[in-house]
Amino acid sequence: MSPSPSFFKATMAIVYKDLAAELRSRELLSAMLVFSMLVILIFNFALELDIKVRQSVTAGVLWTTFAFAGTLGLNRSMAVEKDRGCMDGLLLAPVDRSAIFFGKAISNLAFMLIVEAIVLPLYALLYNEVRIFQLSFLGVILLGSIGYIAVGTLLSAMSVQTRTRDVLLPILLFPVAVPVLLASVKASGGLLNGATFAEILTPLNLLIVYDVIFIAVAFMVFDFVVEE
Amino acid sequence: MQSKPIALTILDIISIIVLGVAAYLALVFAPTELVMGNVQRVFYFHVGTAWVGLLGFVVAAIAGIAYLVTKDMRWDRFEVAAVEVSTMFFFITIVLGSIWARPAWNTWWTWDPRLTTAAVTELIYIAYFMLRQGIEDPEKRARFGAVYTLLGGLSAPITFMVIRLFRTIHPVVIGSQSAEAQGGFSMTSDMKVAFFFALFAFTVIFIDLMWRRIRLGSLQEKVEELKLNISM
Repeated sequence: MSPSPSFFKATMAIVYKDLAAELRSRELLSAMLVFSMLVILIFNFALELDIKVRQSVTAGVLWTTFAFAGTLGLNRSMAVEKDRGCMDGLLLAPVDRSAIFFGKAISNLAFMLIVEAIVLPLYALLYNEVRIFQLSFLGVILLGSIGYIAVGTLLSAMSVQTRTRDVLLPILLFPVAVPVLLASVKASGGLLNGATFAEILTPLNLLIVYDVIFIAVAFMVFDFVVEE
Repeated sequence: MQSKPIALTILDIISIIVLGVAAYLALVFAPTELVMGNVQRVFYFHVGTAWVGLLGFVVAAIAGIAYLVTKDMRWDRFEVAAVEVSTMFFFITIVLGSIWARPAWNTWWTWDPRLTTAAVTELIYIAYFMLRQGIEDPEKRARFGAVYTLLGGLSAPITFMVIRLFRTIHPVVIGSQSAEAQGGFSMTSDMKVAFFFALFAFTVIFIDLMWRRIRLGSLQEKVEELKLNISM
């Protein structure tokens, strides 16, 4: 089925459903946020984030935090679908299956971006790191999150159907998401240390390549993951 | 009971012979490398096992796609066999590489692009087995396995490219050499004989093991069927 107004509408309906449910319960976002703060707190003492250390590890600390919080959100967002048989209802709906994938992916991405939008200023405030607020840095964060969520949504749809469930997601996701995390750390770390846009072009290109490939692949194979 | 095909028995024997010959060529026939000495002999088997390790992962990704298209369980058995055999060979590659790296680089391990990619690839395929273990339904197991090999096969090359942004010290013996590589050398003709024979030998051994693993897979399936028949 080619993208049509109904495809777009179906995707948006799922996004709306997830956002509305989250707005009422606020389970997922609050968990992700508190968890992120705890991870940063632990890093603060484990790495002794003084000004010299921060220069080299800030990007790594932020991305590790987002990756961990991201798995938490991905797990939860797919588990609620599975637990109350909601997924079966979605699958019965007469829409293209990939609309379900994009719907879930966009709402997952929205949750991750909301968490980032709160954690980043907080980090900037705590550690006086104003360089976080440059447009290219935020662009890298966005590109990295897109790639991470695209693979993550697909794999969480898989892991939720296995016996080990939420334990399995990070194990499946992290090795496959290594390129996206490394490229993001490289690009955002470079920006924080005053690199020009041209200097981070290579990791940025790889990030875009990864995003495009994995969105396309997830789109193509999602059918196989949800079929009964 | 399905008896063992004669061709497989012959291939078993050939495998053992070529392994013996490859070992002889690597350990005795090939000249000792001037700078590194005898430890360089690890190289023949290191590259041989790496070659079949990577070959198996490519084969697995193709089998995965074939499964998703045809939904034929034979492709699934093919895929599992390829991943299992390759994971083992790749592990051997990493161990042999470490043995060589200790005297050549003065460290067992370093986060060089090739080494990191090797480690990540190995982890992807260990995750693959954990995924399969968590699923009871054989058809679903095959589907998810195929999807995951596909993702793994796509992400490994990108990992390699990304980590190349950091510097590399791994030597490239065939093709162009990076200026920073340490422990490189050029091969004499006797070394080339040992090298190419090792590649050939491991390819034969790989096919032999694959064949055995696929056969094991179909026997396993038969046992499951028989068990079901008894319980019914």
